[in-house]
Amino acid sequence: MTAKELKDKSIELRRKTLEIIYNAKAGHTGGSLSIMDILNVLYNRIMNVSPENFNDANRDRYIQSKGHSVEALYTVLADRGFFPEEDLMTLCQYQSPYIGHPTKGVNGMEQNTGGLGHGLPICCGNALAAKKDNSGVKVYTVLGDGEMAEGSNWEAMMFAAHYKLDNLCAILDYNKLQITGSNAEVMGLEPVAKKLEAFGWAVKEVDGHDYDALIETFESLPFEEGKPSFVIAHTVKGKGVSFMENNIKWHHGVPSAEQMEMAREELLIKEEV
Amino acid sequence: MKKYTYTEKQDTRSGFGDGMTELGRTNPKVVTLCADLVGSLKTATFIKENPERFFQTGIAEANMMGIAAGLTIGGYIPYPTTFANFGSGRVYDQIRQSIAYSNKNVKIAVSHAGLTLGEDGATHQILEDIAMMRSMPNMTVINPCDYNQTKAATIALADHVGPAYLRFGRPKVPIFTDPNQKFEIGKAWTVNEGKDVSIFATGHLVWEAIQAGEILAEKGIDAEIINIHTIKPLDTAAILKSVRKTKCVVTCEEHQANGGLGDAVAQTLAQNFLAPQEYVAVNDSFGESGTPEQLMAKYGLSAEAIVEKTLKVIARKS
Repeated sequence: MTAKELKDKSIELRRKTLEIIYNAKAGHTGGSLSIMDILNVLYNRIMNVSPENFNDANRDRYIQSKGHSVEALYTVLADRGFFPEEDLMTLCQYQSPYIGHPTKGVNGMEQNTGGLGHGLPICCGNALAAKKDNSGVKVYTVLGDGEMAEGSNWEAMMFAAHYKLDNLCAILDYNKLQITGSNAEVMGLEPVAKKLEAFGWAVKEVDGHDYDALIETFESLPFEEGKPSFVIAHTVKGKGVSFMENNIKWHHGVPSAEQMEMAREELLIKEEV
Repeated sequence: MKKYTYTEKQDTRSGFGDGMTELGRTNPKVVTLCADLVGSLKTATFIKENPERFFQTGIAEANMMGIAAGLTIGGYIPYPTTFANFGSGRVYDQIRQSIAYSNKNVKIAVSHAGLTLGEDGATHQILEDIAMMRSMPNMTVINPCDYNQTKAATIALADHVGPAYLRFGRPKVPIFTDPNQKFEIGKAWTVNEGKDVSIFATGHLVWEAIQAGEILAEKGIDAEIINIHTIKPLDTAAILKSVRKTKCVVTCEEHQANGGLGDAVAQTLAQNFLAPQEYVAVNDSFGESGTPEQLMAKYGLSAEAIVEKTLKVIARKS
């Protein structure tokens, strides 16, 4: 898909994500809107993965380390045809397979995640196995910025550089907010680019909502032969709905009927533009 | 009492290492990882013969468990290795979420379990790992008793599908099981048939139970001794069959009484057939420095302690 087509699709994806969260009365709204454009580009433009090849050992792998933003991933997978969209109206309900964090019980989901700091180590294992097999598989993960305080991520970063895993791409969803406050208040992450470079990764910074920039960035992987790639995606928590943007209340917030209507209207206007 | 003798002592970790050597030659999908303790895990021959199937992770056990989970995508059978302390408690959440909950075919293989680690003391002497691992859904838990059984268990695990925790130790202990045994996961081994008491033992305590059985025989007590090498899934059929006959139980393990083999047996009995039970286990305490022999004696993990508990439990039979 072209950048324009992806951007148009993103409005519908955001609306659907909000609808399922609203219906479930549960979910991680801000983070899901924050990573939506990244997932849209990965699944609809970059990665070699589809419902047709999902049992092919040589498909690309996406593991969502920030598992709590699962609603965005469910929405993108449904849109991609991994399962019917109406299934998502059971999100977080009793006996639904669409539970509050990623599980392999859902078609298209590669890995159970939820507790933070688990995704990157598993991706290192995937990338290592792919290298051993010369399979050409590329491995992607999205990490939260608050999650970067987990020590296991830095263990995995050392490992990926040591083993020269240039088939691995980690993406930082850098909206600068976490559940309690800003990253700067909770646990300072800056200068993150320098830290990642010092750990032996090739790093690029990008606007995580700019489709041309995202496509260009992902199409230039690996950024450097023999090095794992880190994309620092500058994002906005709650992106796309004005009253949700940059407000930590929407980390785990669920819209009321009135707020949902306001959000629908905002997105409708964007669609018409 | 059936006679058991030995001509050689060897550490169970060498059984693991030699099992890995054999797997290296027979199963191209077996890989191993280690968090900077290769010498202690005895995998040098595997690594020398298969350098491309070994991954050093550095001292980063949490990462090692995640990498092992991730390596399974190529059909690989990863054996992440370290000390039992660092391969269980330190990384409980990694094992729980990325291996057990995700049902990955990862064989966690850990050495230096329990008090017999010896001189390094309490920090490294994990006595809670069986409790942690047996409470985890999907997890198989194995604690073999000597070199031969550890080697056989290591090899058997490559054909088993699903997460497993294989626990072994540091000291040289008697080799008394069959070198050609076929290791059946989940199938208890009857060391000695008897009628007066059921002694269920795992790991290093199996040899102690045999010594106890000989002392008991001199006292006219006919002990049934069963080796529970697989703590999960537990061979409840063998346990119940034995206790229905003997009507009393002694459980023996190099582990806390809380949550280990003894509790697994008690759980089975409580639901099926009530019988008095005594525990030979560590009583809610951390360890300390000392030789394995000194520590096992101090914490009551010896043949003498098994005899004492047996006499006590027989007296409790109504």
